[in-house]
Amino acid sequence: MESVESFRLRARAWLAENMPRQAGDEPPPLSDDDTSDWIRARELQRMLYAGGFAGICFPQEYGGLGLTRAHQQAFTEESIGYEMPLPLNIPTFAICAATLLDMGTEEQKRDRIGAAIRGEEVLCQFLSEPRGGSDLAGVTTRADRDGDGWILNGAKTWSTSAYAADWGLCLARTNWEVPKHRGLTMFLVPTKAPGVTMNRIRMVNGVREFCEEFFDDVWVPDSAVVGEVDAGWTVASRQLFHERNSMGGGSPYVSGRGHPRTVPKVTPLEIVRACGRTEDPRIRELVGEYLAMAAVQRQTSDRVTRAVGTGALDPAAVSLIRLLHAEGAQLSDDLAVRIAGAGVATGTGAEPGVAGRVAIGYLMRQSASLGGGSTEMARNVISERLLGMPREAAPDRDVPFKQVKQGR
Amino acid sequence: MELGLSPDQKLFQASAKGLLEKEYSLDRIRDMADGEPRWNRDWWRQGAELGWAAAIVPEELGGGSVSGEGVRDLALLAEELGAGLAPGPLLPVNVVLAGLVETHGTGPDHTAEIEALVAGESVASWAVYEPGREWSPVAPGLTATPAAGGFVLDGVKDRVEDAGQADLLLVTAATPEGVAQFLVPASAVGVTVSPQWSLDLSRSFGEVRFDGVQVTADAMVGVAGADQVIERQLQIAVVIQCAEVCAVLDRAFAMTRQWAFDRYSFGRPLASYQALKHRFADMRTWLEACHATTQAAAAAVQERSPNAAELASVAKSYVGDRSLVILQDCVQLHGGIGVTWEHDLHLYLRRATLDQALYGTPQDHRLRLADLAAI
Repeated sequence: MESVESFRLRARAWLAENMPRQAGDEPPPLSDDDTSDWIRARELQRMLYAGGFAGICFPQEYGGLGLTRAHQQAFTEESIGYEMPLPLNIPTFAICAATLLDMGTEEQKRDRIGAAIRGEEVLCQFLSEPRGGSDLAGVTTRADRDGDGWILNGAKTWSTSAYAADWGLCLARTNWEVPKHRGLTMFLVPTKAPGVTMNRIRMVNGVREFCEEFFDDVWVPDSAVVGEVDAGWTVASRQLFHERNSMGGGSPYVSGRGHPRTVPKVTPLEIVRACGRTEDPRIRELVGEYLAMAAVQRQTSDRVTRAVGTGALDPAAVSLIRLLHAEGAQLSDDLAVRIAGAGVATGTGAEPGVAGRVAIGYLMRQSASLGGGSTEMARNVISERLLGMPREAAPDRDVPFKQVKQGR
Repeated sequence: MELGLSPDQKLFQASAKGLLEKEYSLDRIRDMADGEPRWNRDWWRQGAELGWAAAIVPEELGGGSVSGEGVRDLALLAEELGAGLAPGPLLPVNVVLAGLVETHGTGPDHTAEIEALVAGESVASWAVYEPGREWSPVAPGLTATPAAGGFVLDGVKDRVEDAGQADLLLVTAATPEGVAQFLVPASAVGVTVSPQWSLDLSRSFGEVRFDGVQVTADAMVGVAGADQVIERQLQIAVVIQCAEVCAVLDRAFAMTRQWAFDRYSFGRPLASYQALKHRFADMRTWLEACHATTQAAAAAVQERSPNAAELASVAKSYVGDRSLVILQDCVQLHGGIGVTWEHDLHLYLRRATLDQALYGTPQDHRLRLADLAAI
């Protein structure tokens, strides 16, 4: 295997020769059409593939380079300052392709992972349903046997960037006679299959990155099953693991650093400078509170990551960071609104301006305690797994799913 | 607090715990009579033999630490003693030592005083607060007026910890050349100490009047313009406070968690109610964050990092506020018994309330953070 240093030098030279330099980092315009970003991401991925720097940690037989995390880290470090296909990192590579690698058939691994690495295909997840997000194992999208295939019916939602994807990992119920975790199957479904209707969800800040999908008699072949029939929870658990790992920055399949261009929130530091209230001690105290909390979040994240690494804390302790992250993000939103004062009401002329962006960000305040698993679930995990408190009563436990009450 | 301790550090902690429990149990503290000395000199001297006043003092001045990282060892000790709500001058003696060590070699020589403090033969306290004033250590109202052969001190200090038992007072004073600190014997002519009511049952404080107190030029610690030395003392004080409050929170939280398992209502333990479980989850998260920020502050002060002042203020701001939220919720989860004299919770709450108030409130430290960030 090529040494990391040799790989790094080769990557450095290739990047300089072939990849476009990143433009400035001014915030993107408030627009809900990011089609061009996705076209660009695929182009950039094809360039990486052509240059032999795509899929660094994926095995060679599936189109990757079969190298180590250290090689990927070296490449990521070298890639800073260049345009990279960041929208493909999550969920395509870090969650979906990683799960297929763990659980997929040879054909699925070769075809789907290979196409993603070549920049030809984008993957997404069809997990949450309109009936509820926290109780994932209670999904009611159904898949019924039909000859040598399956027919899917149901609805999914909160699918990140599904509108830009070609394939989705869809969790459906295949057996209603057994308890909920034991009757699920994961399917690889083309997002453009006949019977799939997709809508983009418009969020209160105007962003439309999430989708909802309706499945009406969508037929997929047997070869669409990922893992075993009725063992879909095992696959979903791998997905959730890869999701948490990538959120925490631990995935080896993420290439390049930074996030796709989204609407960034305005921090208390930015608003205090923009609105010129730096002399007011009431405002200065709020800024200090923000600075303290931001530091505490970083310190706690470091400490918990180290403790989980050494075994000093149970892996469930990552929920501590998840909970504190929500608290910190929401405190930041609250403080920004208080610092902006009367400015949040009307913005700057006909534009929202910085204070208006604070206000728009505030409307999305609760997303920090909802996305990536609600804080209510994190609190259950902490109290039950870290503190050993009794589990919540669950009338659906060990009961055939068809007998579980689904509504009043 | 620290995730992995060396055998020496564990021994350091265990020996401190042993000496504390031998003499001052929580019941003993609860039953202390008004006016009774909170600790005795012999006990403190034994503690000094175990290194309680040595961690941040270099070996050539009689000190030394078990790990070679004195500030972190001091934080470990503050945790161990804080868990038992120890009486004794751990904070004042170490804060004074921080100032004396910091200025060693730059002004009059105080080697003898340092050695006596390290040995536990002498006790010192920082006279920095003044009546009716909030935290403003570099703007003292007490004056040091140059006079023949030295200075004359006039003014009043209060909230001086262990003023009644201190042999030496490190006094902040305004001089024509800026703020300076003087090491003054408590027995000096013109010094009057009177006790002050203390919220914390195991601590005592006093008001100290300086009426034309004459000191020689040798009494000065370092030189005038002592802002940086005072900053170092503050950082040491904050690390000790936050470390002992972390330990207090560990104890109170463990006690409350146990209570939730043992106490049954409506035929089920409190720990089975989701409304209460979620509050425990929040408290557990804040507790981890308190430890994380305290550990980061101790490491930064140990390393004398450029951001040591900032991280000390981050810790004090966060731990100071969160500790009270956690402790009051522990009281709430206990029910009425949590506000009875016999219960230990109020002893912890007293310590945490006092600690958040002194050496800069969380609000003071937030303003400092804005200053440090050049906002």
